[in-house]
Amino acid sequence: MEWRIFYLAFLPGFSSIIRRVSGEFAKMHFLKLILRNTLRHKLRTGLTVLGLMVAILAFGLLRTVVDAWYAGAEGASSARLVTRNAISLVFPLPINYQERIRRIQGVTAISHASWFGGVYVTPKNFFPQFAVDAKTYFNLYPEYLIPPAELKAFLTDRKGCVIGRKLASTYGFKIGDTIPLRGTIYPGSWSFTVRAIYDGAEAGTDTSQFFFHWDYLNETMKKAVARRTDWIGVYVIEISDPDRAAEISTEVDAMFRNSLAETLTETEKAFQLGFVSMTEAIVVAIRIVSFLVIFIILAVMANTMAMTARERIAEYATLKALGFGPRFLAGLIYGESLAIALAGAMTGILLTFPVADRFSEQVGTLFPVFGVSLETVYMQAAAAIAVGLAAAILPAYRAARVSIVEGLRSIG
Amino acid sequence: MSVPLSYIWRNLAARKLTTLLTAGGMALVVFVFATVLMLEEGLRKTLVETGSPDNVVITRRSAGTEVQSVIDRDQAAIVENQPEVAYSANGLRLASKETIVLISLAKRNSDKASNVLIRGVGQKGIELRPQVEIAEGRMFRPGSTEIIAGKSVAERYKGAGVGETLRFGQREWTVVGIMDAGKTGFDSEIWGDVDQLMQAFRRPVYSSVILKLNDPAVFPQLKIRIENDPRLTLEVKQESVFYAEQSQLLANFIRYLGMILSIIFSIGAIIGAMITMYASVANRATEIGTLRALGFRRKNILAAFLMEALMLGAAGGVVGLVLASFMQLFTISTMNWQSFSELAFSFTLNGAIIIKSFAFALIMGVTGGFLPAARAARLNIVDSLRAA
Amino acid sequence: MENLSEPIVQIRQLTKSYHRGEQLVPVLTNISFDIFSGEFIALMGPSGSGKSTLLNLIAGIDKPDSGSLKVSGIDIATLSEADLADWRAANVGFIFQFYNLMPVLTAFENVELPLLLTRLSRNQRRERVELALSMVGLTDRMEHYPSELSGGQQQRVAIARAFITDPVILVADEPTGDLDRASANDILAMLERLNSEMGKTIIMVTHDPHAAKSAHSIRHLEKGELDVTN
Repeated sequence: MEWRIFYLAFLPGFSSIIRRVSGEFAKMHFLKLILRNTLRHKLRTGLTVLGLMVAILAFGLLRTVVDAWYAGAEGASSARLVTRNAISLVFPLPINYQERIRRIQGVTAISHASWFGGVYVTPKNFFPQFAVDAKTYFNLYPEYLIPPAELKAFLTDRKGCVIGRKLASTYGFKIGDTIPLRGTIYPGSWSFTVRAIYDGAEAGTDTSQFFFHWDYLNETMKKAVARRTDWIGVYVIEISDPDRAAEISTEVDAMFRNSLAETLTETEKAFQLGFVSMTEAIVVAIRIVSFLVIFIILAVMANTMAMTARERIAEYATLKALGFGPRFLAGLIYGESLAIALAGAMTGILLTFPVADRFSEQVGTLFPVFGVSLETVYMQAAAAIAVGLAAAILPAYRAARVSIVEGLRSIG
Repeated sequence: MSVPLSYIWRNLAARKLTTLLTAGGMALVVFVFATVLMLEEGLRKTLVETGSPDNVVITRRSAGTEVQSVIDRDQAAIVENQPEVAYSANGLRLASKETIVLISLAKRNSDKASNVLIRGVGQKGIELRPQVEIAEGRMFRPGSTEIIAGKSVAERYKGAGVGETLRFGQREWTVVGIMDAGKTGFDSEIWGDVDQLMQAFRRPVYSSVILKLNDPAVFPQLKIRIENDPRLTLEVKQESVFYAEQSQLLANFIRYLGMILSIIFSIGAIIGAMITMYASVANRATEIGTLRALGFRRKNILAAFLMEALMLGAAGGVVGLVLASFMQLFTISTMNWQSFSELAFSFTLNGAIIIKSFAFALIMGVTGGFLPAARAARLNIVDSLRAA
Repeated sequence: MENLSEPIVQIRQLTKSYHRGEQLVPVLTNISFDIFSGEFIALMGPSGSGKSTLLNLIAGIDKPDSGSLKVSGIDIATLSEADLADWRAANVGFIFQFYNLMPVLTAFENVELPLLLTRLSRNQRRERVELALSMVGLTDRMEHYPSELSGGQQQRVAIARAFITDPVILVADEPTGDLDRASANDILAMLERLNSEMGKTIIMVTHDPHAAKSAHSIRHLEKGELDVTN
C-alpha cells in the first residue's frame, strides 16, 4: 500500500490540530481506562471491595447502635416534663403531689408512672414495665396509637395491660393472652391480661413497653406492705407552652423544697438524655471503634493502590512521554481508587439494611428503636469516599512526580 | 534445607509502604481485640474481687440486686444469729446489716448527674471487707453524719473529696475519708453509718445482710436452712458469686460486642494480608522459579511465604499490643444496668491476654498468607522462570 | 516540506551528568550536531556511551544540564514541564524496545491514545487509526489486546501509535532489541518506508549493526562524546 495516502488523506493542517484540549478530552476514554484498570487484578480488586464492604457495613451498624442508644431521647417531647425524687430515681414520690402540681398555672395535664421491674420467665427477657395512672397516662402520649375499643377494654379490666407492637411481636403476645411477671421491686408473682396493643405514630416511637394499672399495684401493696402504698415513681406533666418548661420546672421543685420528698423536674428529653449520659462511656467507645474500622480499611485500600501504582510506573511514564500530563495520571489513580471505594460502599450500604433488620430481631426489645437513618447512609458514603481519596494521595503523587526516563527503565 | 529467614525478612523490608500498611491494619485489629479483652478482664477483676468466697450476701428472694432488696429487722436478726456465722476477736458476730440506696450526684467535670451507690454499713462492715483501706483521712464515726467515699467516686463527683460535704436526705454529710478498695466495686461507693442513713432516708428496713462463715464448707447447709425458712423470704449467695452475677449483663455485652467487632475487623485485616501476599508471590515468580531450580522443594517455598505472612502478623501483633498497653492508663466508668449505679473499672492487661492477642495476630497472618503461599508452592519451575 | 538547508534538530554544547550517590557521573559532554529534515540517523555506541540519554534529550523526556537543543526552531531545554508535554504530543513519536503498549487497551485504542489529546472527532479519529493500522498490516488485529499479539505485531502497533499524530521527529530506542530476526526486518522496513515515503525524520538508538544499516547515517558515541570520523 502506498503510505503517502496517509498524507493525502490527513496532512493538510494536521499539525495545527495537535493541541491540548484541556479539561474535556474524551471523558469516555478516561472512564473506560479507569474501569479496565480496576478490573485488571480481579482478585485484588475483589478482595479490596470485599474488605470495604465489610468495613462500611460494620461502620453503619455501629452508628445505628449509637443512634438506638439515643432513640429514647430522640422520641421525647419538649412539651412534657418529668418530675422525680431529687435523691435519685429509685426513691418514690407521694401520690398526693399530683393535685398540687396540677394546680400550677401552665400545667394542662398530669399523670404518673412507676417502674415495675418484673421478670418475664428469665431475666434475659428484658422489657420495660410501668404501672401508670390508666385514665390519664395515654392522653399525654398521643404517639401511642391505641384502638378506642381496646383502650376501653383495658380501662375496665383492673388486671389488664397495654403493650407495644414490637413487644407483642417479639414474644408473640396477642389480645387476651396472660403475661406472668415475677416482681423484683414489688415481690410476688403477678399476671396481666393483654387488653390493648399500641402502635407508634412515628418510626422513632418506642413500642417495646408494657403498661398496667397503678391502682392494681397500689391495692396489692396495701395488703402486703402497708408502708409502701400511695407512692409513685415519676410524674409526667404536660405544659401548654414548651418555652415555659424551665420556669414551670423551677416552680414545681420550689413547691416541695424541704419536704420529705424533694423533687427534681426536667423536660422529658433531658430526663432521657440523663439515662444515656450514664452509659456515655459505652457510646463513646462504640463511636471510636466505628472510626477505627475506617482506618483499618484505609490501610488495606492504601496498600492496594500503592501496589497497583508501583506495578504501573512504566505505563505512567509512557503516557507522560506521549504528552499526557500529571493531572491525567493522578486522575486515573484517584478514579480507580474511588471506583473501588464506591463499589465497596454501595454493597456495604445495601447490606446494612437487611443485616440491621436481622440484628434488630435478634436483640428484640433491648433496643426498642433500631433503624438505619439516612444520616448513617450519608456517613457511610462519605467515609468510603474519604477512604478512596486518601488511599490515592501517595500513589498519585508518586505517579505525577515520576521522571519519564526512570519510569521507562523500570519495565521488564 | 529451608529458605533463610534473612531472605524472607529482606523481602518485607524491601517493600516498606506495603509492609507498613498491612502490618498497620493488623495492629489496629489486634488493638481492638486486646482492648476488649482488657476491658472484660478489668470488669471481671473489679467485680469478682469485690466479693470474697468466705462471705455470704443475703437479699430478698428474686430481688437480684441489693438496691431492690428489702429485709425486715426481725428477719435480719434471725439471719445474723445463725450458728454458721463466725465470731470476731471481741466475741461479736461477724455480720453487717446494711442499707443501700442510690443517690444522684453531679460529676466534677461535666455537671451531668449519675447514680452513686450509698452503703450504710454496720460496725463489722469494714472488718468483713479486708480489701478496703482508708487511703486518706479517717473512718466515719458511728452515729455521726460522716461518710467516706470510694476513690473513684471522690475523683469524679462534686463534693465527694475529703473535707467536702454532700447534701441528701435533708442533711449535710461530711466526707472524712477516702477508701481505697483495690480497684474493686467498693471504689465506686459511698459508705456511712447504717442507722444514720436509714433515718435520713426514712427507711425502716435493711437491704442486705453480709456474713462471714466460720467455715466455707458450711455454706450449703446455711443456704438450705435460710431459704427454706417460711419466716424469711430470702436468698443466700456467696459474695463472689453475687458480684459476678451483678455484672453479667455488662460483661456479656462487652464480650459479644467485642467478639463481633474482632471477627468483622479481622476479615478486613486478613484481606489486607492476602492482597499483600498475592502481590508478593506475583512479583517474585522468577525468584521462586530460581529457588526451585536451585533445589528448594515446594514445601520450602510454602514455608517461606507462610513465614513472611507470620512475620507480618507478628509485627501487627506487637504494635497492636504496645498500643493496647497504653489503655491501662484509662478508667472507664459507666452505669451497670443491673445495679443502676455507676461502676468504674480499668483496662487490665495480663499474660493470658497478651498470648491470646498475639495468637490472634498470627492466625490472621497465616489465614491471609495461606492461599498465596499455596499458589507460590504450586508454581511450575519453567513457567515461573519465564514469568519475567 | 521543510527547507533542507535548515536543520530540524540543532544541538549545541549539550552536557548532561547524573548523580550516582555522592558522585557526579558525566554522560554527555559538549555534544554539538545537526539533524536535517528527512534524515534517518542511527545512534550507536557501547553501553553507557550516552546514546539513550541523547535520544531522551532530543525527545524531550529528559533535560540537559547546559547547552541548547532546538527542534524546529524551539529550544526545548527552556520549556516548562507542562509545555514540554504539549510539545511532545505534537512533535514526537516514540518507539520503545519493549513496545510500552497499555495492556488494558486494544490495538485500536492504543493507536488512538495520542489522538485523545487533539480536537479530532470520534469519526475522524477512527478513520485515521484504521488507516494507520492497515498501513502496518494489522487491520485484522484491531480489537486484540497486546497480550494476544506477538512481539513483532506489538511493535507494529507501537509504530502506528508513533506516527498517528504526524510528529516532526520519530525516536526509536532499540526498536528491534527484543525481536527475532524476521520481525526485526519487518520493523526496519517499516521505518525505512516512514522515512522514504512520508519523509519522517527518524532517530534510532541501536547496538545492532544490521539494524543500523537501514539508516542513512550512523553516529557513534563513545564515553559521552560524538565520534565524528563518520
